[in-house]
Formats: sequence, structure tokens, C-alpha cells
Amino acid sequence: MMLSGGMAHAAFGGIGMGYFLNIEPIIGALVFATVSSLGVVAIKEKSKASADTIIGMFWTLGMALGIIFISLTSGYPPDISSYLFGDILTVSKMDLYIMGVLDCIVVFIVMGFFNYIKAYLFDKEFSDIIGINIKLIEYMVFLFIAFSVVVLIRVIGIMLVIALLTVPPAISKLLTYNLRNIMGLSIIFGLLFSLLGLLLSYKLHIASGATIIIVSVCAYIISLVAIKLLKRDVIV
Amino acid sequence: MNAIEIEDLNVDYNNVNVLKDINLTIENKEFVAIIGPNGGGKTTLLKAILGLVKPSTGEIRIYGNRQKNKSKFIGYVLQFTKFEKAFPIDVFDVVLMGRLKSSIKIFYKYSKEDIEYAKNIMNMLDIYAFKDRQIGQLSGGQLQRVLIARALCMETKILLLDEPTACLDEQSKVNIYEILKELNKDMTILIVSHDTSFVFSYIDKIACLNQKLFYHGEPELNKNTMDKVYGCPVDAIAHGDIPHRVFRSHEGEL
Ligand SMILES: Nc1ncnc2c1ncn2[C@@H]1O[C@H](COP(=O)(O)OP(=O)(O)OP(=O)(O)O)[C@@H](O)[C@H]1O
Ligand SMILES: [Mg+2]
Repeated sequence: MMLSGGMAHAAFGGIGMGYFLNIEPIIGALVFATVSSLGVVAIKEKSKASADTIIGMFWTLGMALGIIFISLTSGYPPDISSYLFGDILTVSKMDLYIMGVLDCIVVFIVMGFFNYIKAYLFDKEFSDIIGINIKLIEYMVFLFIAFSVVVLIRVIGIMLVIALLTVPPAISKLLTYNLRNIMGLSIIFGLLFSLLGLLLSYKLHIASGATIIIVSVCAYIISLVAIKLLKRDVIV
Repeated sequence: MNAIEIEDLNVDYNNVNVLKDINLTIENKEFVAIIGPNGGGKTTLLKAILGLVKPSTGEIRIYGNRQKNKSKFIGYVLQFTKFEKAFPIDVFDVVLMGRLKSSIKIFYKYSKEDIEYAKNIMNMLDIYAFKDRQIGQLSGGQLQRVLIARALCMETKILLLDEPTACLDEQSKVNIYEILKELNKDMTILIVSHDTSFVFSYIDKIACLNQKLFYHGEPELNKNTMDKVYGCPVDAIAHGDIPHRVFRSHEGEL
């Protein structure tokens, strides 16, 4: 969670660089997110500092770099706010391709190494004892989080990535404690919220990213209450 | 061949000496208990054997080998489990983790044999009924048995257990020791324990550790060694097979 926030903001540096160098901002974002995710793992290992500390640094560093790059670019880039707050209507074909490829990579990594990733996330020390290369898994996990973030940036924006990465799993967790099911349900919920948010934003002419978030958070609150009520019924 | 040979082992944490000149040999299929006061270095010794902490000097050989990857030989039940209790994983999956091999294979699925193996062990430890529970929904004793099951799933020749019975009631303790005794027919077991009262009737040898190794041998201790190791009188001494407790004054405690 902290991690995705950090990645998102580190990616901002990349977007700024993209504008400055006049290349696709999403590529800049991808480069920055990837480098910083690998950087976090590498530094964590060398320095024994906690992941949160290092992520915090990358977070702010990314923002700072982004702002400097943008200020160096002549003229305020017209659609930078679409990266900050997201605007699905400005997604280009190029963006779509990149997102598609990243999605495939993420799905492939998660499915291919599911048991190891689960073991790593659950109990690092034990995974280490049974001799699994936990560094490799750690790099993988950080990398696919970085990729997911880059994909989401385009749709809902840097500021709001965290919400869309946390709310669907949070709701799923209320319903099941099987990791596989949680992932499946999260995808469904994520899709549902995105479509619903889009529809609303289209009807009401408001920003798409923000609408998606509002829909998600509302859904979370509703499901919390609903589950409370259901449980009470069972007990009575 | 000896299961574990430790030679002149020294371990320091940030220049503080925790283990000093440890020499210890554990034979194949021996059942050894390590006792000693809190902070005596018991956990550290196990971690050194596993290769999780680096010795400052000295050597540890597992079946004569010094190789780094010891997971093929040693299963381990940790003293404190650091995982998040709310993690979405069920008991069966936790036990199955022990079947993961060290080489990472893409699209790895547990085989029928893996699942069968885990099932048997869970039945033996009486936890099969909980297999679908989320890991946080177990009592301390049940969780402990799950962790032992996971270690047993590794099918290793040596099993290290760090205070596996710390939060169990007497009956469960006896159960665990009975199971370990049974397992001991095929494997070498090294257990850290504060159950000085009845551990003696199950084990072959005892090691008393407080920075240095004070005693290693038959589980018959006299007051002197125990006092030396713990720095205060200890409430348990056993002779031979029948454990009986000898309570003495406890001035130094707490
Ligand atoms: N990671 C660490 N860094 C620094 N010092 C440590 C570390 N781990 C343990 N120590 C110190 O090493 C000493 C031995 O610790 P160890 O955990 O091995 O004791 P123990 O015999 O297992 O105690 P307990 O009965 O409480 O489990 C203690 O004084 C402890 O403070
Ligand atoms: Mg300990």
C-alpha cells in the first residue's frame, strides 16, 4: 500500500522526464517506477533500513524530480493534470498497447509463481529457510506492483492509484480468506467500480478518476455495513 | 556419521559476544534438548546451524558438509512466528509450504504426493480438522502444531524446534513430545525447551547453554551445573526415565 503510493509518485518523476525529453510520458513513468522498485529492494538489502523509509524517499524524490523536469520544459504541459488525477479519455493507442503488455506480464508473473509469491508474502523467514531465492521473489513482487501502478496511473491518476489498488482487495477480504479468490474478486470489483465510475462521470460530466474512487469507497462502506447486518442476522 | 558438528563457534551481534567457543556434536538420530536462561543464545545457536546468522569464527558441519544451502537437511520451527495473522491463507496451504522446493519452478503446482504427505502429517498431529481455517483463527497450541507439521513436510533428516511447547497445556506438551519421540526413530531432533520438568524422560542428551556451553551429556544434572547455567536455582531435576520435580527456593527469580 505504502509501496504503491511510492511507486506512483516516483513515476511522476518519469512523466516529467518524458515531457522534458519529448517522449511518451508513460514510458518515462514505467522507467522510473521500475528503477525505483528495484532500487527499494536493493537498498533495503544493503542498508537494513525499513522498506517504508526507503519508499518514502523515492516517493518524494520522484515528485521533486517530476516538478523540476516540468519546470524545465518550456510551457506547462497541457495534459499533465490527466496524469495527476487521471482521465481515461486522453488515453492514447500507444498507452493502450503498453498497458496491455504490462498487464500480461503481471498476470503471467502472478500465475506462474503463485505458490512462491504466496509463501514469500506470508512468511519470508520460512521461505528463506527452505532455500527459496527470496530476493528473486522480492524483486518480482516489487516489479509487478510497479507495473500495475503504471497501468493505473493513466486511468485514474497518480493521486488515486492507492485507492483502486486497496479498496477491491479490502472488500474481497471481507468475503473470503483464500488468496486466489481474493485476487479474482478484486479484479471483478475493480472492473465494476471502474465501469460504474466511468458511466457516472460521463452522465454527470465530472472527472473519471475521482468518480471511480468515490464509487469504490462508497462500495467499501456499503459492504462493511452489509456484512455487519448479515452477521447479526445469523446470530439472532 | 554425525548429524551436526559444531567446532569453536563464536557468534557476535554488533561486537557483543553471544556464543562463545561452542563445541557440540550431535549424532545421527539423537534427541537433544537445549536449555538455558532467556538471552542465553539458544535461538542464536539454532540460527547459526541453519546459516541464518554468520559465525564470527568456527565451523558448523551438517552430515560432514559445510555447504550453504542446508534446507535439504534441516527443518525448523521458529520461536516467534513473524507472519501476519490476518494473511489470507488457510491452514492446509501453510502446511503445504513445507513441500515447496528450493528451486523455483514456473507454474509449480503441489503434486498429489505432496498433498497426500501433508494430509498424513496433519492427521498425525490431529490438525486435519482445521485445514480450511484461516491461519489466524487457531489457538496457540493448534498453531504450534500447524508449524510443526509444516516443518515435518520438508522431509528433512534433522528437525530444529525452538520452544515448540511454550504456550501449550500439559496434555498438549505430552502429545508433542510423544510425537517427537516417534519421529525421532527416523530423524535427529534438536529442541529448545524450558520444560525442564519432563523433557528429560524423552531425550537422549541435554545441552545447557548460557553464552558458553556448560554441559552436554546425559540428562542427569546436578544442582551445581544448573545453578551455573541459570545463575539461580532451578526447579527441576530428573533421574533416569521417571521425571520428578525437586522444588527449591527461588530467590533470584523475577
Ligand atoms: N538480531 C540481534 N541483534 C543483536 N542482538 C541480538 C539479536 N538477536 C539476539 N540478540 C542478543 O543475543 C543474545 C542471545 O539471544 P537469543 O535469542 O539467542 O536467546 P535465547 O536463548 O533464545 O533466549 P530466549 O529463551 O528468550 O528465547 C541476547 O542477549 C539477545 O539480546
Ligand atoms: Mg530463543
